[in-house]
Amino acid sequence: MANQTKKFLYINRRAPYGTVYALEGLETVLIGAAFEQDVSMAFMDDGVFQLKDHQDSGETGMKNFSPTYRALGDYEVTKLYVERESLEARGLRPEDLMALTYEDEDDDYKEKPSIHIVSSAELADILEIQDVIFNF
Amino acid sequence: MSFEVNGKTYETDEEGYLADLSQWNPEAAEYMAKEDDCDLSEYHWEVINFLREYYEEYQIAPAVRVLTKAIGKKLGKDKGNSKYLYELFPYGPAKQACKYAGLPKPTGCV
Amino acid sequence: MLHTVNKSPYEKNSVDTCLRMAKPGSDVLLIEDAVYAAIAGSKLEDEMRKAGAQLKLYALGPDLKTRGIAEDSLIDGIQVVGYDGFVELAAKNECVQSWL
Repeated sequence: MANQTKKFLYINRRAPYGTVYALEGLETVLIGAAFEQDVSMAFMDDGVFQLKDHQDSGETGMKNFSPTYRALGDYEVTKLYVERESLEARGLRPEDLMALTYEDEDDDYKEKPSIHIVSSAELADILEIQDVIFNF
Repeated sequence: MSFEVNGKTYETDEEGYLADLSQWNPEAAEYMAKEDDCDLSEYHWEVINFLREYYEEYQIAPAVRVLTKAIGKKLGKDKGNSKYLYELFPYGPAKQACKYAGLPKPTGCV
Repeated sequence: MLHTVNKSPYEKNSVDTCLRMAKPGSDVLLIEDAVYAAIAGSKLEDEMRKAGAQLKLYALGPDLKTRGIAEDSLIDGIQVVGYDGFVELAAKNECVQSWL
């Protein structure tokens, strides 16, 4: 695989806080970013709750790691696919999610959105083109 | 493990990183640097302060690659390169500077 | 009796089972990931509303806040309580059943 970029997809299907999967998944993405592959993340089922805006864990004493998703752009992880059907089933709208962006180096550092809301069918197509898929 | 500066005790992990980020203050940073035979100049402090702001905003210590790029953007291209940062922090800019900044070891560093 | 549930309704059937087993008039407190069941406009809303007609439904405020769920985005009839309210509910009921 030397010199050849592979397509990595990290699938996130768990809510944050209740279990450690979401945090572990995010850390794995940040560590994996060092390998400079073509990384995407998919958020489906309860995984969509990871991107909910206004998380504030002060009263429960847990670590609020939602700000860390804002650093993904610095790590060149700029494609976050969110399944529309999962959002709708849970009473969430796209505007309930954090507005995550990245600066496009190839386009005069313009700020662009990282989150793409996609249908189940579109997400299935995205799965098909991956070389490696990780599940959290 | 722990160390003491001016009568205040600081708990650390086995590699010398502060156990409790909220305990940090500049005195503790100076002490940890001295232990590594490193005198903190204003240029060291630029990086340390930058790391603390980054952690405050994103809740992570950035990987060295990300740190280099972000420093370049904030403090200028002449500082946003690994040569400059390694001269300041020979044990590895992310690892060593994070320690003095009171942050955990950067995610992905071994 | 006080029933508490702490699992996401979309991942486990604990909320379902709890609502099925709770007798009319019981207190049901959603905590941790179960607070996701309280969001209005979801596919569960009908079921939750039906349950709320028979039961007293509560959601734990700190767990809502942690997850970024605003109180005005909840299904009508679900009351938000703090840790003090949790203690009161536990003290007022003879028995607490935790659906894990």
